[in-house]
Amino acid sequence: MTRETAFALLNRLFGEKIQSKTEFRGETTYTIAASDLREIAKRCRDELSFDYLLDITSIDNFGEEPRFEIVYELYSMPHAAHLRLKLRISEDFGEVDTVSDIWPTANWHEREIYDMMGIKFKGHPDLRRILMWDGYPFFPLRKDFPLEGLPSDMPDVAFTKVTSMEGGPFVTKPSTATAKDREPRAHPPQL
Amino acid sequence: MPELHSTAYDSKIEGNVIFTRFDAALNWVQKNSLWPMPMGLACCAIELMATAASRFDIARFGAEVMRFSPRQCDVMIVAGTVTYKMALAVKRIYEQMPEPKWVIAMGACASTGGMYRSYAVLQGIDQLLPVDVYVSGCPPRPEALLAGLMKLQEKISREHSFAKQKPELVEKLEEALS
Repeated sequence: MTRETAFALLNRLFGEKIQSKTEFRGETTYTIAASDLREIAKRCRDELSFDYLLDITSIDNFGEEPRFEIVYELYSMPHAAHLRLKLRISEDFGEVDTVSDIWPTANWHEREIYDMMGIKFKGHPDLRRILMWDGYPFFPLRKDFPLEGLPSDMPDVAFTKVTSMEGGPFVTKPSTATAKDREPRAHPPQL
Repeated sequence: MPELHSTAYDSKIEGNVIFTRFDAALNWVQKNSLWPMPMGLACCAIELMATAASRFDIARFGAEVMRFSPRQCDVMIVAGTVTYKMALAVKRIYEQMPEPKWVIAMGACASTGGMYRSYAVLQGIDQLLPVDVYVSGCPPRPEALLAGLMKLQEKISREHSFAKQKPELVEKLEEALS
């Protein structure tokens, strides 16, 4: 089976389940329904030999409906072909099916999405936070979370404070002033 | 002509007796055997390793004994980005170090948070620990860290170590002398 026949077979297998198909510079993207994810993922792996899950990411389209997108980047070693699957889910969708039993690497990717975006995965064996600590109350990569952070405190574990942005995260004001004035300190010394 | 007496002269001890202040001797000992706690948290740790390696050779300043137990350390070199998740662990390790102890904030991140002005990064380790020397750079060159170490040595040589470490003994001495 070549790359072309694999994609043709994919179209035939999932024809009615594909909500939209995008081709851009040799990259193929399919948008599918979240309820079809597990079936499509399994057949992609077993019948179309997309045996390698490169990455899972999530996108927050804050202010749009549905709000979140989850993107699965698949790769086929035999065909040397990429395939991108996208789910669009609204905030109150609930839990998305896990694919961690289909591609074990999805385990940590799904944990990261849960940690950063707050999307839960149904059937995940160990859905804990992976970067922030257990008990951290926010999902920091959501668009409504301020970049400078929100204060939180778990005594003896960790704490966070609001960071002074001083007009922007990485701004220097162009002038001949000294570096001290161009880049104000995040925490000015107490005099 | 007054007669010269050489009774105080003893050739056996000549050249082997030094008069100095106790503080000066103690400071001299301390500043030349600073054992660092290598708190390597990010890329600054690579430069810290380079400082310890042969080309820059931190052993020239008596600070080559990197100890991985805080109980045996004198100076904590915070080398790298301190995230909030790591912050209390750094503080705890600092608290486990015996007195007297010093802190070098190595690089922009440890000093101010550096370019990481975000929800995840502590904006300078000086919010948790008393920092003695800040070393600028991203990361600093090994020479810069050595310069920072020499600054710390200067600072130590000005300290009133004895009075700081044995305040009750100093009090007793002052009572006895007055």
